[in-house]
Amino acid sequence: MTFLQALLEALESLNGNKMRSGLTVLGIVIGVAAVIAMLAVGNGAQASITGSISSIGTNLLFVFKGNDTGGGPPGANRGSSSGNNDRPLTLSDAEAIADPFAAPSVAAVAPAIQGNGTLTFGGEKTTTTISGVTADFAPVRNLELSEGEFINQEHELGHMSVVVLGPETADTLFGHHDGVVGETVRIEGQPFRVIGVLVAKGGGSMGSEDKNAYIPFTTAQARLIKHGSRDEVDVIFAQATTAESVTQASDEISNILRQRHRTPIGDDDFTVFTQQDFLKTFETITGVLTIFLGGIAGISLLVGGIGIMNIMLVSVTERTREIGLRKALGARKKDILLQFLTESSLLSLVGGIIGIVFGWLIAFIVGKVATATGNNFTPIVGTDAIILSTSFSAAIGLFFGIYPASRAASLEPVEALRHE
Amino acid sequence: MDWVIEARDIVKTYKMGDFDVQALRGVSFQIERGEVLSIMGPSGSGKSTMMNTLGCLDRPTSGEYILDGESVGEMNDDQLASVRNRKVGFVFQSFNLLSRLTALGNVELPLRYAGLTEGRRERAKAALEAVGLSDRMTHRPYELSGGQQQRVAVARALVNDPAIIMADEPTGNLDSKVGKEIMNLLLNLNKDRGTTLIIVTHDPKIAEQTQRVIRLRDGELDLSAEENGGTKK
Repeated sequence: MTFLQALLEALESLNGNKMRSGLTVLGIVIGVAAVIAMLAVGNGAQASITGSISSIGTNLLFVFKGNDTGGGPPGANRGSSSGNNDRPLTLSDAEAIADPFAAPSVAAVAPAIQGNGTLTFGGEKTTTTISGVTADFAPVRNLELSEGEFINQEHELGHMSVVVLGPETADTLFGHHDGVVGETVRIEGQPFRVIGVLVAKGGGSMGSEDKNAYIPFTTAQARLIKHGSRDEVDVIFAQATTAESVTQASDEISNILRQRHRTPIGDDDFTVFTQQDFLKTFETITGVLTIFLGGIAGISLLVGGIGIMNIMLVSVTERTREIGLRKALGARKKDILLQFLTESSLLSLVGGIIGIVFGWLIAFIVGKVATATGNNFTPIVGTDAIILSTSFSAAIGLFFGIYPASRAASLEPVEALRHE
Repeated sequence: MDWVIEARDIVKTYKMGDFDVQALRGVSFQIERGEVLSIMGPSGSGKSTMMNTLGCLDRPTSGEYILDGESVGEMNDDQLASVRNRKVGFVFQSFNLLSRLTALGNVELPLRYAGLTEGRRERAKAALEAVGLSDRMTHRPYELSGGQQQRVAVARALVNDPAIIMADEPTGNLDSKVGKEIMNLLLNLNKDRGTTLIIVTHDPKIAEQTQRVIRLRDGELDLSAEENGGTKK
């Protein structure tokens, strides 16, 4: 018996019991479709998050108050590990980091204070993050303006009531984000003149500047965001001279802050995050998420495989006489083995192929729904997922087919022929 | 003499729980090439065991069995399968056709296991023509009458040009008229092709038509019967 013959016979046999074959295949279809869709969603989430992190800027460093070496996202447990004894970051910390002799790898520094505030224009109103920033903020964070200008030193020195809006905030307030320079919005009831609108950066909700509003540091400090000490800042953004010097810059910043805060090494009351740290953190999270989702989907694939084994065992029992006859006619052990293995592999392979199409469809629909609901998120069906689930389902067909097939192959011809 | 079958002191023992049951207790005989022979005996006489052994479906526990020059006793399962495929054609009481396959497909089956890739269809067609079913080749078993199904089975038995055809109650599921047709078909095949024909039956009318009858009783040759001495009628 050649393989082609075995294949044709398997097709004939499976075709002879369409309902049963169809239901068995369904188990594999659901399993493979689930694996494909889940991996696609996981990969999509990863791409979406890493994409939005990358858009922040490649040689960017973040300095936060509090020891946060646990690896979670910045600020997740700010102040929780060391209590409230951490010294806050201050403007003079920022100035020290900006010193080109103490920190030669740092190109620019932008301290910021942040708070939530309500913006109103006419009847529209939105609550978002208000950041008090310096003129250096735009270059450090890689921000570009679609119109108008960013906050400059003049605005800072004059404590001026001007605001730069993220495009989404502009959209919410004005219904559009062009031609809004010169309008006056109210932040917490105080009038601010719009002097610029940022270019949309996209990305997920995490780290997106599109919803923010920026006002001069001095203005925020004096009138909007209250802190215990006048000098206190929430976060210091620093730009390394090159992408390669990020680690060095991180060390320099840590040294400066340790000296200024008088903390020994290993007992920092601040945290320096680099872009790579962010990427690593989120890749770990989304990686775990993907494995988790894929694992759950894999269980359904396993259940499908057990379904195949079940059906093949029933089939072997039902066809005991046929097996006996085939052996009487000269079928060897491996002929029978091949026959039943081909049937089970065919079941899982067909299920795998249909499952890939279905999984793709599900991923596509999830992407459409996400886009329709305003999330920038595209599930990615990778070739790795396709290869993985195809080979996995074929392997399942083989694995769960081996036991029934070897049972069929080892039947004694005399016994099998006598079977009713 | 040109023996197609030589059986010497064949013993077959089955294990039934703690007991050993001797189904054959040292049976010896020869069958000449081209002979038509029937094996008779009451149920429990070792008739089926005899057929399984002669048909190479099973190995004897001891003794020597030589089929067409090949000693079967020491063969492994796959070698036995190959001997069955090349040297034995089976005709069963209940036809044993595969319902998914056409008549042609059923007849082709032994050729598939013989590893033949070319000329299968032609040989299967020729076999079906030889049993007078050239107009039913693409029919499936359930579209055929009992007699036609048994003809397909006969075609399947002879398609590999075997040394012996083992027929186990070939007319048992057929009415007497159709049964007679099948018997004539088998006897004519023996006449035309010289294929040795062994029929296992308990029907004396069938046994009458054969040249020699081997009678079994309690796992031994029944020597009280006059046919058992190698004499021909």
